[in-house]
Amino acid sequence: MKSRKRRDAGWYILFTGPLLFIFVTVVIIPFIIGLVYSFFEWDGLPLNPKTFVGVSNYIKLFSDERFAATAVHTIIFTVIAVLLINILGLTFAMIVTSKLKVRNIGRTMLFMPYLIGGLILGYIWKFIFGDAFAAIGEATGLTGIFFNWLLDSKFALLALIIVSTWQMAGYIMIIYITGIQAIPEDVIEAAGVDGAGFWQTLFKIKFPLIMQSFTICLFMTLSNCFKVFDINLSLTGGGPSNATEMFAMNIYNEIFALNNYGYGQAKAIVFFLAVAAITLVQVSVTKKREVSM
Amino acid sequence: MRKVKSTLTNSIFLICCCLYLFPIYIVVINSFKDRSEIYENILTPPSGFSLEYYTTAMEKMDFFNAFKNSLIVTLGSILFVVVLTAMTAWMLARSNNKISKLIFSVLVATMLIPFQTLMMPLMQEMGWIRDSLGIPMLDSLSGLIYMNIGFGASMAVFLYHGFISSIPVSLEEAATIDGCTKWGVFWRIVFPMLKPTTVTVIILDVIWIWNDYLLPSLVITSKALRTIPLSTFSFFGQFTIQWNLAMAGLTLTIIPVIIFYLCAQKYIIKGVAAGAVK
Repeated sequence: MKSRKRRDAGWYILFTGPLLFIFVTVVIIPFIIGLVYSFFEWDGLPLNPKTFVGVSNYIKLFSDERFAATAVHTIIFTVIAVLLINILGLTFAMIVTSKLKVRNIGRTMLFMPYLIGGLILGYIWKFIFGDAFAAIGEATGLTGIFFNWLLDSKFALLALIIVSTWQMAGYIMIIYITGIQAIPEDVIEAAGVDGAGFWQTLFKIKFPLIMQSFTICLFMTLSNCFKVFDINLSLTGGGPSNATEMFAMNIYNEIFALNNYGYGQAKAIVFFLAVAAITLVQVSVTKKREVSM
Repeated sequence: MRKVKSTLTNSIFLICCCLYLFPIYIVVINSFKDRSEIYENILTPPSGFSLEYYTTAMEKMDFFNAFKNSLIVTLGSILFVVVLTAMTAWMLARSNNKISKLIFSVLVATMLIPFQTLMMPLMQEMGWIRDSLGIPMLDSLSGLIYMNIGFGASMAVFLYHGFISSIPVSLEEAATIDGCTKWGVFWRIVFPMLKPTTVTVIILDVIWIWNDYLLPSLVITSKALRTIPLSTFSFFGQFTIQWNLAMAGLTLTIIPVIIFYLCAQKYIIKGVAAGAVK
């Protein structure tokens, strides 16, 4: 009996050990080291001393104007992008679940941008918002709309929102499609028989029944937008003059460009707490409103 | 009348979809134009299809080498992620004790940690492993694969765990009574049944690893080991002003993605939906 137990433990370690070892070395240990670093001041050079400074890195955050500006951009960007992505994704989903003949090819095309990586998407649009817009403006005389958007701080942020929406809308569409297709046909028919119009069916029946999809989509878009980095890097590089620098990029610059390893890591820990708080609150709020059949 | 209306809505929708992909069209057509032609009119098709900029871009990006590196990293990481996470998830799901529950909750909870929180200490740790243990964790494709396995673990275990919990245990018990070892039970009976989840994991990880930029940019420093996003980044740093060359480079990087998408479209859309809904 005892040998059997021991053998089971052996199998357990054989099956889970390798992955858990890798996972601990790649995720858990760095997380703990990171917590420790956030209480130190260090410029990243191995020979230079690490000085313990307590919570002063965290206190410094409150008076960091660049970080505050970053917080504002990130929040504006996230709120508008999440709304746009979900509205567009839901609209696409409703169109491609209708009886249109071209719905499959439409779905294929709308989903495509999601597969092209953020870095490459950013470069594609950099050309369009930059030189292409400027050239169109010169050719048509509509310089009020067509100018180099990436040189203007407000329009550069708008460009970032548009590109993120373009990337994510097709992805979010796929999740909404799954939700819409799960609605039983007879419920919609019954509503039609009872005299419900298009909008009434939409708001009173379809939306409550796809609440679960709303939860997932909001969760996905919220955390993706809040953590945006690749598009930020390739489209605007944070510019003009840091006007579009998002949290992830601010942390990256603080650590690897300004060499404030300890302070940058304190920012990274705060960033983690913010991401965790937002997503958990959001999931618990929308979960409450889900309707089960 | 009704037929006309339906044709009309169909074509309007199709035109909208084409407009949606307009940026890709712009990239492709301008990759064939020379400098003055680009600035003359950005929207019109090119006057000729010379592959001149493509050959230059390929050379400057070291495209085939970068493609090979991306392929090695993507396939290598996914192979290990699938095998190791499926085994782990099965053990965790089937042994219903406190340790398993704890491991599973830790794995799921860490999904909330953004990469930026881990990147600096991770590089410190890997640098330390390289310097004191002599294992080449940095500036090597195998080191990158190792880290990808760590970052892909949570999501994949979570997906497999959910699926395994939904399949009955009786088949596995019968095989054990027939004298099959755990190893045999897993590979002969369980793993083949996990195929739908395996497809989902593969699709999600291909999209993530193939396009990943930040982790490789921190790990890889040698030119010869660059993956496609890395070589695109350095290529763009050098040739931002030469848009025709840049557009040719971008088209090159998009082509493999589109081929992959058209070949595996059904699985990709299903996989993405399943991965998100769980």
